[in-house]
Amino acid sequence: MSIGLEHYLILSAILFSIGLYGALSKRNAIVILMSIEIMLNAVNISMVAFSRYITPALLTGQVFAIFIMVVAAAEAAVGLAIIIAIYRSRDTIEATKIDLMKW
Amino acid sequence: MGLDIAFWILAVIGIAAALTVVLLRNVFRAALSLILCFLTVAGIYATLSADFLAAVQVLVYIGGISVLIILVIMLTREVQRGSPSNKLQFPAFLVAILFLMVVAFALINTPWQVSALPPLEPTTAALAGKLLGEGGFILSVEIAAFLLLAATLGAIVLVREK
Repeated sequence: MSIGLEHYLILSAILFSIGLYGALSKRNAIVILMSIEIMLNAVNISMVAFSRYITPALLTGQVFAIFIMVVAAAEAAVGLAIIIAIYRSRDTIEATKIDLMKW
Repeated sequence: MGLDIAFWILAVIGIAAALTVVLLRNVFRAALSLILCFLTVAGIYATLSADFLAAVQVLVYIGGISVLIILVIMLTREVQRGSPSNKLQFPAFLVAILFLMVVAFALINTPWQVSALPPLEPTTAALAGKLLGEGGFILSVEIAAFLLLAATLGAIVLVREK
Protein backbone atom coordinates (compact mmCIF):
# COMPACT_ATOMS: atom_id res chain seq x y z
CA MET A 1 0.00 0.00 0.00
CA SER A 2 1.53 3.28 -1.03
CA ILE A 3 1.52 6.16 1.42
CA GLY A 4 -1.03 8.93 1.03
CA LEU A 5 -2.45 11.96 2.77
CA GLU A 6 -3.87 9.96 5.69
CA HIS A 7 -0.46 8.59 6.66
CA TYR A 8 0.99 12.07 7.01
CA LEU A 9 -2.06 13.32 8.90
CA ILE A 10 -1.94 10.39 11.35
CA LEU A 11 1.79 10.98 11.88
CA SER A 12 1.02 14.64 12.55
CA ALA A 13 -1.74 13.71 15.01
CA ILE A 14 0.57 11.31 16.89
CA LEU A 15 3.32 13.92 17.18
CA PHE A 16 0.76 16.53 18.32
CA SER A 17 -0.58 14.19 21.01
CA ILE A 18 2.94 13.48 22.29
CA GLY A 19 3.58 17.22 22.48
CA LEU A 20 0.24 17.80 24.21
CA TYR A 21 1.04 15.17 26.83
CA GLY A 22 4.45 16.73 27.43
CA ALA A 23 3.10 20.26 27.67
CA LEU A 24 0.42 19.23 30.18
CA SER A 25 2.38 16.83 32.37
CA LYS A 26 5.85 18.35 32.82
CA ARG A 27 7.15 20.59 35.58
CA ASN A 28 10.25 21.91 33.87
CA ALA A 29 9.40 25.03 31.85
CA ILE A 30 12.07 24.26 29.25
CA VAL A 31 10.59 20.81 28.60
CA ILE A 32 7.14 22.42 28.26
CA LEU A 33 8.57 24.78 25.61
CA MET A 34 10.17 21.82 23.83
CA SER A 35 6.81 20.01 23.78
CA ILE A 36 5.19 23.12 22.28
CA GLU A 37 7.82 23.09 19.54
CA ILE A 38 6.92 19.45 18.79
CA MET A 39 3.25 20.45 18.53
CA LEU A 40 4.07 23.29 16.10
CA ASN A 41 6.12 20.89 13.98
CA ALA A 42 3.22 18.43 13.88
CA VAL A 43 0.88 21.14 12.65
CA ASN A 44 3.44 22.11 9.99
CA ILE A 45 3.58 18.51 8.75
CA SER A 46 -0.17 18.44 8.22
CA MET A 47 -0.07 21.87 6.48
CA VAL A 48 2.58 20.68 4.03
CA ALA A 49 0.77 17.37 3.49
CA PHE A 50 -2.46 19.20 2.63
CA SER A 51 -0.51 21.46 0.30
CA ARG A 52 1.09 18.45 -1.41
CA TYR A 53 -2.01 16.28 -1.81
CA ILE A 54 -5.02 18.62 -2.03
CA THR A 55 -3.65 21.68 -3.89
CA PRO A 56 -0.26 20.66 -5.37
CA ALA A 57 -0.03 23.70 -7.68
CA LEU A 58 -0.90 26.45 -5.18
CA LEU A 59 1.63 26.01 -2.33
CA THR A 60 -0.59 27.92 0.13
CA GLY A 61 0.02 25.33 2.85
CA GLN A 62 3.76 25.78 2.55
CA VAL A 63 3.37 29.56 2.89
CA PHE A 64 1.37 28.96 6.09
CA ALA A 65 4.12 26.63 7.32
CA ILE A 66 6.71 29.37 6.78
CA PHE A 67 4.66 31.83 8.84
CA ILE A 68 4.21 29.23 11.60
CA MET A 69 8.00 28.83 11.67
CA VAL A 70 8.43 32.61 12.04
CA VAL A 71 5.99 32.71 14.93
CA ALA A 72 7.63 29.64 16.52
CA ALA A 73 11.04 31.30 16.37
CA ALA A 74 9.69 34.49 17.98
CA GLU A 75 7.86 32.43 20.62
CA ALA A 76 10.97 30.41 21.47
CA ALA A 77 13.12 33.54 21.81
CA VAL A 78 10.66 35.36 24.08
CA GLY A 79 9.76 32.22 26.06
CA LEU A 80 13.35 31.31 26.79
CA ALA A 81 14.10 34.94 27.75
CA ILE A 82 11.20 34.82 30.22
CA ILE A 83 12.56 31.54 31.63
CA ILE A 84 16.00 33.11 32.16
CA ALA A 85 14.43 36.17 33.83
CA ILE A 86 12.37 33.94 36.16
CA TYR A 87 15.40 31.81 36.97
CA ARG A 88 17.34 34.96 37.89
CA SER A 89 14.70 36.28 40.26
CA ARG A 90 13.34 33.04 41.77
CA ASP A 91 16.16 30.51 41.24
CA THR A 92 13.83 27.86 39.83
CA ILE A 93 12.04 27.14 36.57
CA GLU A 94 9.58 24.57 37.85
CA ALA A 95 6.20 25.55 36.47
CA THR A 96 4.45 24.40 39.68
CA LYS A 97 6.58 26.70 41.85
CA ILE A 98 6.15 29.82 39.70
CA ASP A 99 2.89 30.84 41.38
CA LEU A 100 3.47 34.52 42.09
CA MET A 101 0.16 35.50 40.49
CA LYS A 102 -1.81 32.55 41.82
CA TRP A 103 -4.70 33.64 43.95
CA MET B 1 8.52 2.80 -3.41
CA GLY B 2 11.62 4.59 -2.16
CA LEU B 3 9.43 7.36 -0.77
CA ASP B 4 7.36 4.79 1.14
CA ILE B 5 10.41 3.29 2.82
CA ALA B 6 11.77 6.77 3.61
CA PHE B 7 8.41 7.81 5.09
CA TRP B 8 8.15 4.77 7.37
CA ILE B 9 11.75 5.08 8.60
CA LEU B 10 11.37 8.84 9.24
CA ALA B 11 7.98 8.42 10.91
CA VAL B 12 9.21 5.71 13.30
CA ILE B 13 12.39 7.62 14.21
CA GLY B 14 10.45 10.89 14.60
CA ILE B 15 7.81 9.42 16.91
CA ALA B 16 10.47 7.61 18.96
CA ALA B 17 12.47 10.84 19.29
CA ALA B 18 9.39 12.82 20.33
CA LEU B 19 8.52 10.17 22.93
CA THR B 20 12.09 10.34 24.22
CA VAL B 21 11.79 14.14 24.61
CA VAL B 22 8.68 13.71 26.73
CA LEU B 23 9.70 10.66 28.77
CA LEU B 24 13.42 11.19 29.44
CA ARG B 25 14.35 12.63 32.85
CA ASN B 26 17.62 14.17 31.70
CA VAL B 27 16.78 17.56 30.17
CA PHE B 28 19.95 17.80 28.11
CA ARG B 29 19.40 14.41 26.46
CA ALA B 30 15.77 15.38 25.84
CA ALA B 31 17.03 18.48 23.98
CA LEU B 32 19.36 16.30 21.89
CA SER B 33 16.53 13.97 20.88
CA LEU B 34 14.42 17.05 20.13
CA ILE B 35 17.07 17.89 17.51
CA LEU B 36 16.67 14.36 16.06
CA CYS B 37 12.90 14.91 15.95
CA PHE B 38 13.37 18.22 14.05
CA LEU B 39 15.71 16.45 11.62
CA THR B 40 13.17 13.72 10.85
CA VAL B 41 10.51 16.40 10.31
CA ALA B 42 12.85 17.99 7.75
CA GLY B 43 13.09 14.58 6.07
CA ILE B 44 9.29 14.30 6.07
CA TYR B 45 9.14 17.68 4.28
CA ALA B 46 11.60 16.31 1.72
CA THR B 47 9.35 13.28 1.07
CA LEU B 48 6.48 15.75 0.54
CA SER B 49 8.66 17.48 -2.12
CA ALA B 50 8.84 20.67 -0.05
CA ASP B 51 12.56 21.21 -0.58
CA PHE B 52 12.70 24.86 0.55
CA LEU B 53 10.81 24.07 3.76
CA ALA B 54 13.17 21.18 4.54
CA ALA B 55 16.16 23.53 4.26
CA VAL B 56 14.42 26.20 6.36
CA GLN B 57 13.55 23.57 8.98
CA VAL B 58 17.21 22.60 9.31
CA LEU B 59 18.33 26.24 9.42
CA VAL B 60 15.72 27.67 11.78
CA TYR B 61 14.91 24.78 14.09
CA ILE B 62 18.17 22.83 14.28
CA GLY B 63 20.45 25.82 13.77
CA GLY B 64 18.51 28.37 15.82
CA ILE B 65 15.88 27.12 18.24
CA SER B 66 17.75 23.98 19.38
CA VAL B 67 20.91 25.98 20.10
CA LEU B 68 18.81 28.50 22.05
CA ILE B 69 17.17 25.72 24.10
CA ILE B 70 20.51 24.05 24.89
CA LEU B 71 21.97 27.45 25.87
CA VAL B 72 19.11 28.06 28.31
CA ILE B 73 19.48 24.54 29.76
CA MET B 74 23.15 25.29 30.38
CA LEU B 75 22.34 28.70 31.91
CA THR B 76 19.71 27.40 34.32
CA ARG B 77 21.50 24.29 35.63
CA GLU B 78 18.36 22.20 35.25
CA VAL B 79 20.21 19.04 34.19
CA GLN B 80 20.71 17.94 37.78
CA ARG B 81 17.09 18.41 38.76
CA GLY B 82 15.74 16.54 35.72
CA SER B 83 12.25 16.88 34.35
CA PRO B 84 9.79 15.20 36.72
CA SER B 85 6.10 14.98 35.94
CA ASN B 86 3.54 16.97 37.87
CA LYS B 87 0.37 15.72 39.54
CA LEU B 88 -1.55 15.84 36.26
CA GLN B 89 0.44 13.07 34.57
CA PHE B 90 -2.39 10.57 34.28
CA PRO B 91 -5.11 13.07 33.22
CA ALA B 92 -2.69 14.52 30.68
CA PHE B 93 -2.04 11.05 29.27
CA LEU B 94 -5.79 10.45 29.09
CA VAL B 95 -6.40 13.78 27.33
CA ALA B 96 -3.63 13.09 24.80
CA ILE B 97 -4.90 9.59 24.01
CA LEU B 98 -8.50 10.82 23.70
CA PHE B 99 -7.37 13.65 21.41
CA LEU B 100 -5.38 11.23 19.25
CA MET B 101 -8.32 8.82 18.96
CA VAL B 102 -10.83 11.53 18.05
CA VAL B 103 -8.52 13.11 15.47
CA ALA B 104 -7.58 9.75 13.93
CA PHE B 105 -11.26 8.77 13.70
CA ALA B 106 -12.11 12.07 11.98
CA LEU B 107 -9.14 11.80 9.62
CA ILE B 108 -9.87 8.26 8.51
CA ASN B 109 -13.58 8.88 7.96
CA THR B 110 -13.18 12.09 5.93
CA PRO B 111 -13.35 11.69 2.14
CA TRP B 112 -10.36 13.83 1.13
CA GLN B 113 -10.41 15.39 -2.34
CA VAL B 114 -6.93 14.23 -3.27
CA SER B 115 -5.64 15.92 -6.41
CA ALA B 116 -3.98 13.79 -9.09
CA LEU B 117 -1.57 16.54 -10.17
CA PRO B 118 2.13 15.90 -9.63
CA PRO B 119 3.79 18.05 -6.95
CA LEU B 120 5.43 21.29 -7.93
CA GLU B 121 9.22 21.15 -7.69
CA PRO B 122 11.51 22.90 -7.12
CA THR B 123 9.36 25.04 -4.88
CA THR B 124 11.73 27.92 -4.04
CA ALA B 125 10.91 30.20 -6.98
CA ALA B 126 7.18 29.48 -6.72
CA LEU B 127 7.23 30.22 -2.97
CA ALA B 128 9.05 33.50 -3.56
CA GLY B 129 6.38 34.45 -6.09
CA LYS B 130 3.68 33.56 -3.56
CA LEU B 131 5.28 35.48 -0.72
CA LEU B 132 6.53 38.60 -2.50
CA GLY B 133 4.74 38.68 -5.85
CA GLU B 134 1.55 40.26 -7.13
CA GLY B 135 -1.53 39.23 -5.14
CA GLY B 136 0.63 37.32 -2.66
CA PHE B 137 1.29 37.51 1.06
CA ILE B 138 3.49 40.61 1.05
CA LEU B 139 1.61 42.33 3.91
CA SER B 140 1.98 39.18 6.06
CA VAL B 141 5.70 39.08 5.25
CA GLU B 142 6.05 42.67 6.46
CA ILE B 143 4.09 41.91 9.62
CA ALA B 144 6.28 38.83 10.23
CA ALA B 145 9.40 40.98 9.94
CA PHE B 146 7.92 43.42 12.46
CA LEU B 147 7.03 40.52 14.80
CA LEU B 148 10.60 39.20 14.66
CA LEU B 149 11.98 42.67 15.46
CA ALA B 150 9.58 43.02 18.40
CA ALA B 151 10.46 39.53 19.67
CA THR B 152 14.20 40.25 19.46
CA LEU B 153 13.81 43.54 21.36
CA GLY B 154 11.56 41.87 23.92
CA ALA B 155 14.05 39.06 24.53
CA ILE B 156 16.90 41.56 24.97
CA VAL B 157 14.88 43.64 27.42
CA LEU B 158 13.80 40.55 29.39
CA VAL B 159 17.28 39.10 29.93
CA ARG B 160 19.09 42.41 30.48
CA GLU B 161 20.83 42.83 33.85
CA LYS B 162 19.18 45.48 35.96
